[in-house]
Amino acid sequence: MFRLKNNAYTSRLIIGSGKFSSNALMPEVIEASGAQIVTLALRRVDMEGRDEDILKYIPEEISVLPNTSGARNAEEAIRIARLSRAMGCGDLIKIEVINDTKYLMPDNEETIKATEVLAKEGFIVLPYMNPDLIAARKMVDAGAAAVMPLGAPIGSNRGFQTKEIVRLMVEEIDVPIIVDAGIGKPSDACEAMEMGIDAVMVNTAIASSPDPTAMAKAFRQAVEAGRTAYEAKLGRVLNEASASSPLTGFLGA
Amino acid sequence: MLYDYIKEMDMGVLDSNRSVDDATFDSLMSKDILNIGDLPLLLSKVSDVQLEKMAIRANRESIHNFGRTVQLFTPLYLGNYCENKCIYCAFNQDYKVKRKKLNLDQVHDECQSVLETDLDEILLLTGESRKLTGVDYIKSCCEVAANYFNSVGIEIYPLEVDEYKALIDVGVSSLTIYQETYNEERYDALHVAGPKKDYRYRLDAPERGAKAGMNKIQIGALLGLADPFEDAYKTAGHMTYLMKHYPEVEWGLSLPRLKDIENGNFIGDNVEDRLFVQILLALRLIFPKVSFSVSTREESQFREKLIPLGVNKLSAGVSTSVGRQSGDEDETKQFEISDESSVEEVKDMVSELGYQVVFRNWVTV
Repeated sequence: MFRLKNNAYTSRLIIGSGKFSSNALMPEVIEASGAQIVTLALRRVDMEGRDEDILKYIPEEISVLPNTSGARNAEEAIRIARLSRAMGCGDLIKIEVINDTKYLMPDNEETIKATEVLAKEGFIVLPYMNPDLIAARKMVDAGAAAVMPLGAPIGSNRGFQTKEIVRLMVEEIDVPIIVDAGIGKPSDACEAMEMGIDAVMVNTAIASSPDPTAMAKAFRQAVEAGRTAYEAKLGRVLNEASASSPLTGFLGA
Repeated sequence: MLYDYIKEMDMGVLDSNRSVDDATFDSLMSKDILNIGDLPLLLSKVSDVQLEKMAIRANRESIHNFGRTVQLFTPLYLGNYCENKCIYCAFNQDYKVKRKKLNLDQVHDECQSVLETDLDEILLLTGESRKLTGVDYIKSCCEVAANYFNSVGIEIYPLEVDEYKALIDVGVSSLTIYQETYNEERYDALHVAGPKKDYRYRLDAPERGAKAGMNKIQIGALLGLADPFEDAYKTAGHMTYLMKHYPEVEWGLSLPRLKDIENGNFIGDNVEDRLFVQILLALRLIFPKVSFSVSTREESQFREKLIPLGVNKLSAGVSTSVGRQSGDEDETKQFEISDESSVEEVKDMVSELGYQVVFRNWVTV
């Protein structure tokens, strides 16, 4: 179980809803993934409720995690979050502030500002961030319910490249860590989970697969395997190789 | 300065007759990130096999970055008064065409009928007449459109920073402005008279839009007006410059291709389909996250083939004359459209291809 404030989730895989060839695929993909949280770009939500409305394809028991995609600074992110709440999308919000459209790098500084304002307004704030321990601490101080470091630059297709920084965050940060972006294959997700990350967020790798449902299932299995391995203390086994003769043997019995 | 940067781009590196050996080509394709320095090779005389390799990578990267989605938008012509004499355009001041502009009630009606097609992104266009379709008039039209659509764009004559800001204030989020051709000499010859003759003022317009805070800006050249290789290369130069200086803007590229026009006696350089596709692929490979659109100047069947190659945005339900949906359409179109499909037909085409139609991709806050 991992928690976002008062909400508890058994699934540790969060999936995205963009990029699918058809919204009609969503129910099947969500089911195969076992996800309990699905992200949604507010900029894609059709308030007039026409048939393309993505919300219609997300089962009721699933928590929708709206994101502020399109925001270039804290102020825009705050306004999008408020709009999300006004539209009935709940209190969960993933803050995404991007003012670099070439590499899609999040702006940590603006994200911290938005986190502070929205947390005070009662939102459950999940900031998408460039992995950095100091920035993550500031986000937690500002009231973040979790932090979402990127696993690799979006589109780099290189797997979990930021793990050495994220590893420090796992040690030091007390809110859940959710790795977002750059998880290209199930083995990347598994590796992240083995490290003790609380959850992973996957969109492109599932949506762009020729068989999104099967891929969703593969990610579910990988995330479960990684988590189970972590809980079975995988880390300790690796770190406790013992010397052939005891290093402290000289101390005597 | 942008002008000097474009002017000083070395055209000597382009050689469309040079073929590339497979080893060189494959090593280029194995690079993770391609940039404008790689463009001369991508624009050289590639073999069919090499072109297919470009297509495979463009397809993969486009799906990765945009998913299997295609955004739809529609243009709305506000007026065709024009003080320019552009020899390739049907709204040329010298041409005897019925001139008109929509009044605000008509703009309401047009927006209402577009809304009924489910489209949520509109592009307002007008000819260049600061007297008859001035910025205040355009601003009022934008204000009306912003009541109907989340995304309101403009494709109008170049403005000052403050004027762009005034339009942003009433809800405009995107700017489209094409340089037509980057070859200055050719530009001068094609734009016989009128304010558009000022090459540099137009060249700097996207940058002024970025300074004003425009969210999305789309640029491009009208292929066929001049040497397409030079225009493709300089379009890439323009984009590279803009992305470096204004990384916060969502940049877009369009590759309109010249068609014959009513009243027109201008015949441009014919850009064959294969070359058009090569240019599209080459630019897609060096700008994998930039939005690419294709207009209804291209035929339906051809547009369909371009989607997997990296086109993620299409116009639909298009008329290029002033006053259309409300049945008050007059005869003269700015250019002949080749894809007369309705929004519904475009939607079906996209779905059958295994892509999702996206009507809405903007939130106004």
